[in-house]
Amino acid sequence: MDDIQIKKQPKKYDAIIVGSGAGGGMAAYVLANAGLKVCLLEAGPNYDPRENSSQLKQPWESPRRGASTKFRPFGDFDGCYWGWEIDGEPYTQKDGSNWEWWRARMVGGRTNHWGRISLRFGPNDFKRRSIDGLGDDWPISYDDVKPYYDKIDKLIGVFGTNEGLYNDPDGLFLPPPKPRLHELFIKKAAGNINIPVIPSRLSILTKKINKDREACFYCAQCGRSCKIYGDFSSSSVLVKPAVATGNVDLVVNAMAREVLTNRDGLATGVSYVNKADMQEYQVFGRTVILAASACESARLMLNSKSTRYPNGIGNSSGVVGKYLHDSTGADMGGIIPELFDRKRYNEDGVGGMHVYTPWWLDNKKLDFPRGYHIEYGGGFGMPLYGFNWDIQNLNGMFKVHGKQKEAGGYGASLKEDYRYFFGAHVGMAGRGEGIAREDSYCEIDPNVVDKYGIPVLRFHTKWSDYEINQAKHMKETFKEILHSMGAVVTWGGDDGAHNNYGLHNPGNIIHEAGTVRMGNDAKKSPLNKYSQSHDVKNLFCVDGGQFVSQADKNITWTILALSMRASEYIVDQMKKQNI
Amino acid sequence: MDRRDSLKALIVGGISTTVLLDACKQPAKEGAENTENKDAKGPDESDRMDEEKLVNKQLREAPKFFNDNEMAAITILGDIIIPKDDVSGSASDAKVPDFIEFIVKDMPEHQTPMRGGLRWLDMQCLTRYEKAFKDCNHTQQMEMVDEIAWPKKAKPEMQQGVAFFNLMRNLTATGFYTTEMGVKDVGYKGNAPNQWNGVPDDVLKQYNMAYTEKELKECISFDTKA
Repeated sequence: MDDIQIKKQPKKYDAIIVGSGAGGGMAAYVLANAGLKVCLLEAGPNYDPRENSSQLKQPWESPRRGASTKFRPFGDFDGCYWGWEIDGEPYTQKDGSNWEWWRARMVGGRTNHWGRISLRFGPNDFKRRSIDGLGDDWPISYDDVKPYYDKIDKLIGVFGTNEGLYNDPDGLFLPPPKPRLHELFIKKAAGNINIPVIPSRLSILTKKINKDREACFYCAQCGRSCKIYGDFSSSSVLVKPAVATGNVDLVVNAMAREVLTNRDGLATGVSYVNKADMQEYQVFGRTVILAASACESARLMLNSKSTRYPNGIGNSSGVVGKYLHDSTGADMGGIIPELFDRKRYNEDGVGGMHVYTPWWLDNKKLDFPRGYHIEYGGGFGMPLYGFNWDIQNLNGMFKVHGKQKEAGGYGASLKEDYRYFFGAHVGMAGRGEGIAREDSYCEIDPNVVDKYGIPVLRFHTKWSDYEINQAKHMKETFKEILHSMGAVVTWGGDDGAHNNYGLHNPGNIIHEAGTVRMGNDAKKSPLNKYSQSHDVKNLFCVDGGQFVSQADKNITWTILALSMRASEYIVDQMKKQNI
Repeated sequence: MDRRDSLKALIVGGISTTVLLDACKQPAKEGAENTENKDAKGPDESDRMDEEKLVNKQLREAPKFFNDNEMAAITILGDIIIPKDDVSGSASDAKVPDFIEFIVKDMPEHQTPMRGGLRWLDMQCLTRYEKAFKDCNHTQQMEMVDEIAWPKKAKPEMQQGVAFFNLMRNLTATGFYTTEMGVKDVGYKGNAPNQWNGVPDDVLKQYNMAYTEKELKECISFDTKA
């Protein structure tokens, strides 16, 4: 190895942003467009969906036919580099904890492959403690965030419908796509048992909104990232135009090590290791904005220790890393006999569901405090690795063209079965709100470092009865819907008390939030209501870390709104010379 | 216009989706052309990160896992599971044995069940017919396969064979239905630029479904007559 030396970048920036996902991309976009000079650090390589997406590749163009690898846990065509494990970057667990940590390493972060589900938090979602006495209220309300949701709807584009639901607020929506056939079945079946099904709200362009992005062409592959920028990825929609202003220096393969401080206790910049040459670098700026993901931002703060900040920068409260929480999740699948031997046509549609179920019940009448929404899947999917896997569990259960067959088998008769069942499957996934708790946290493992010598995170999280009871309710609901549409449960039907009703491990739903939460009380929260550190006025955190609670809504739209809000605040404060 | 050209046109942007879709309606000779292109240029890895390119290269250059006898048995079994029929070709026509050879290297957890299962099958055949499976005549091979291909009615002492045959069936079907031949067989029509205009009218009628007025008013629709 060459001698290690620290290379100091002489240019002084207005802002150093760590991470280029939803939060960091938005901050870079707002600051750059305000004329500020930005250094945007990203731990992974460059990525532009136009150049690097697997969109429209055929199954046989993957040697493993789209199966997952450690590099692509969601499949070989998925648009996210890395996931649950990264070579040389471990994380550890404490007291039998089983947190699952997804980490994207690429420009745009995990927004390149996410589900594009873009739900506003509702008025209740900011004031949960006032409603059920659990967790804490946010220091802001829906009215504070609404203007930013509106701006983001217009800037980025989202389809949906205004339904006038109090806690699922209306927005500025593009027209949604019509439901697919199985979605009509779901809508009818759920409607019969008084469960609402409404058009989904996804950040996909059903109409062109500006000259840089094309309208969706319905290949259902948003998860691969979109070459024509027809959906929202931070890489294509925020980072690219931000860089085009000339005000952003994007530094890729830059793994942040520490936030640097001066004698006054202010943040002065960030030190990082360049993964390409393994050298140490330092960049300096008037503000430091963390957007590395809830857990990575917490890790960075906890690792930024000094005499002045012995517990890590911005952590006089001791709260950094605490209140870590993920969405709850439980799923079930079935098959609809009425759809056997369907007429074939292209029903790809957009990348994701065309309809969903927002939370529809009153928790006062239930044995768990917070709600969940239901996401739906099914229909004619591209055949990929695992296509009709274990058909022997299916083909003995149903008559095929009027004929009862023995399970398993081979030959022309088996080929007939694969055709017969294609497109008849349906799936549903509950995604709900867990309670953010002080004893669910990540901390620095005192013994372990990654390959760059950076101390790693150790997790301590577990579910309570609230989340388990909610998963039980999800499962009961799914069974009712499936039953109501005449479907037969094919998976997820055997979960019960023995396995928390199929409740996924915390972290598994990839909505990590809460580690650097905002609040008015500096003793109980690292950030104020502008995502600004109570302790260090030129340090901000604009990712999922700032969340007090995460609602039963996917968090990206709110990350974008809060990051935009914090960024406008930063521009204003800089103008006033306050930072 | 083929898939790649059409995507290029979309990316460049000067072309509207409607024009593009008309262009795509012309019959494509895609299959042959794309295969030739690929052979000339090697796999398109613009979507791979460096770590993946390395692993994929190592896999391409790795020594064979299955020996010739094993490959012969895999080929015979594959073509029993997916034979040529009125709709499409056989597993070996779709090069499924090559896929199985690759996938056991990519997913080492399949190696022992496959190798051991093949050996189990050969030992059964040696006892019954004094020959390895691949050397048995067709009647003997089918007799043996019928012992392990029907999980519910297989004899208890055949359970290991059933487990092997289930895996073999899974890998063969996965390998087959993810080829151009298999995708066509099963009738997957997507993975192409489209304008989603809802479920076709005849299909709605077949299932006694209809869009609500609200949906027709609110949802995006395209003029299909143009």
